[in-house]
Amino acid sequence: MKLVIAIIKPFKLDEVREALSGVGVAGMTVTEVKGFGRQKGQTEIYRGAEYSTNMVPKIKIEVACASDMAGAVVEAIQASANTGAIGDGKIFVLDVGQAVRIRTGETDDSAL
Amino acid sequence: MTALSEMGGMMKQSTKLLAVGLGSAALVAALPAWAQGAAAASPIPAPTVDKGDTAWMLVSSLLVLMMSVPGLALFYGGLVRTKNMLSVLTQVLMITCMVAVIWVTYGYSIAFTGGNQFFGGLSKAFLMGVDANSQAATFSNGVYIPEYVYICFQMTFACITPALFVGSVAERVKFSPLMLFVALWVTFVYFPIAHMVWYWEGPDSMAKAAITGGAALDAATNDGGYLFVKGALDFAGGTVVHINAGITGLVMCILLGKRIGFPKEPMPPHSLTMTMIGASLLWVGWFGFNAGSNLESNGVTAVAFINTFVATAAAGLSWLLTEQIVRGKPSLLGAASGVVAGLVAVTPASGFAGPMGSVVLGLIVSPICFFFVSVVKSKFKYDDSLDVFGVHCIGGITGALATGILDAPFLGGQGIADYTTKPGTLSAGTYDMAHQLWVQLQGVVITLLWSGIGCLILYFIIDKLWGFRVSEEVEHEGLDIAEHGERAYHY
Repeated sequence: MKLVIAIIKPFKLDEVREALSGVGVAGMTVTEVKGFGRQKGQTEIYRGAEYSTNMVPKIKIEVACASDMAGAVVEAIQASANTGAIGDGKIFVLDVGQAVRIRTGETDDSAL
Repeated sequence: MTALSEMGGMMKQSTKLLAVGLGSAALVAALPAWAQGAAAASPIPAPTVDKGDTAWMLVSSLLVLMMSVPGLALFYGGLVRTKNMLSVLTQVLMITCMVAVIWVTYGYSIAFTGGNQFFGGLSKAFLMGVDANSQAATFSNGVYIPEYVYICFQMTFACITPALFVGSVAERVKFSPLMLFVALWVTFVYFPIAHMVWYWEGPDSMAKAAITGGAALDAATNDGGYLFVKGALDFAGGTVVHINAGITGLVMCILLGKRIGFPKEPMPPHSLTMTMIGASLLWVGWFGFNAGSNLESNGVTAVAFINTFVATAAAGLSWLLTEQIVRGKPSLLGAASGVVAGLVAVTPASGFAGPMGSVVLGLIVSPICFFFVSVVKSKFKYDDSLDVFGVHCIGGITGALATGILDAPFLGGQGIADYTTKPGTLSAGTYDMAHQLWVQLQGVVITLLWSGIGCLILYFIIDKLWGFRVSEEVEHEGLDIAEHGERAYHY
């Protein structure tokens, strides 16, 4: 099993979700996050007081899937979240040791 | 019993300037003729209370209350960080409640009964002798409003003024010492200044004295607040409310010190949406503040009304243009600040200037205030958190001085009111711009000194006895949880 973590632009969430449904992903976890990479933050000015906010708002998506699906999931996210501009985000793929569905107690692939 | 004509109120300047302008000798010479006329039938109309005036003044009182809660509370609340939202709302609401009680207990009496030129007396403490039949004078001979209405209207001014300066010490001031400070501040700073600027006996008492003439006229001329007798014009409270609160705000924020992290750490407003709602409520409420200050519902009320409209609009425009030129981006906070600066500046001028003069005043005031909040504040590094000094004091001074110019009849202004040349009738007095500006400047300086020194003394006493500032830990955690035990938002 793999855990795919993607950091994307907030307005791309719907497209990514549709693309993932298209490749058979049945569930995901979405979190609003802040961070920075090559895309620097913006400057805010309040009555002349200038603040540079170097954290940019992003969306973090977490998808757990069977190992053989991970390639398709990554491709779907990469294609749908892409705008070609700096700040499109990153995708990380991690190995998952164990999965349990709390309601039934099913484990691993059948719990996904 | 009727307690006639304990009038303070916004100045239509009366006899003093006239005496200066015409020379008292001429005045005295003309008196016997009036005295004969008076014996036949008094030229002064009988006191009447009009239902329209009364209704308008009741509505105006509510509009000014709405400026404090929720207007000012939301305007300020939106500008602080989430963790301090409730502290600001609580301060504004509680100041309004507390000052209202103080006002009817002794505040009204100190501000609006005779005493000396600086303090009124205690003859109406606990509203002694005032009942449903008591009347208060307006600016027209023979026209009165119920005294209870006048008490309520002036009460709303006393309530909002101390609520204005909490903006300068926001996010770090301890609640209870602040409340004690406000109670003492209204007693020793606000009530005396309101008395100095607004107290007089009213037009009928002037007219009666003019008919009697001689010493009676001199006595009536001098029976008013110190600045009123000097002839300082302040229609709705440029000195009493805005310069007063503004300078206190500056002194307070310097004595209290900067917020931890100021100016390096970002302290952005937590909700400019709230600030926009607050600023809009302030604008609407301000029609009660300025147009209501005419105490009647007539043509001069309309003058104050249109001036309050257009000066504010012009100031909103010019703040945004200034920002567009200097910073390259027009911001909502800038627009809201411009609107408030315009309202402040037109306050003393509202019943005196003409609409075009008010537009010019609005256009001028915003760049001046913008300079103070963005350049002067960062140069001198005082942490006036919500710019009480930069907007209210500086805007107030601009308006107070401009009033001396814009009142000129040849600039479309209303000129000087004269109640003594033809007793019982309002006629135009002699307007002298140089003299008027000089008097306006005296009003500004005396207010700055009285309020600045008064607040300095009160601050030191309370700070020594109690301590004004929250602990470092509380400041980091936020005043809402630490001082009030609650949070503004549960997401």
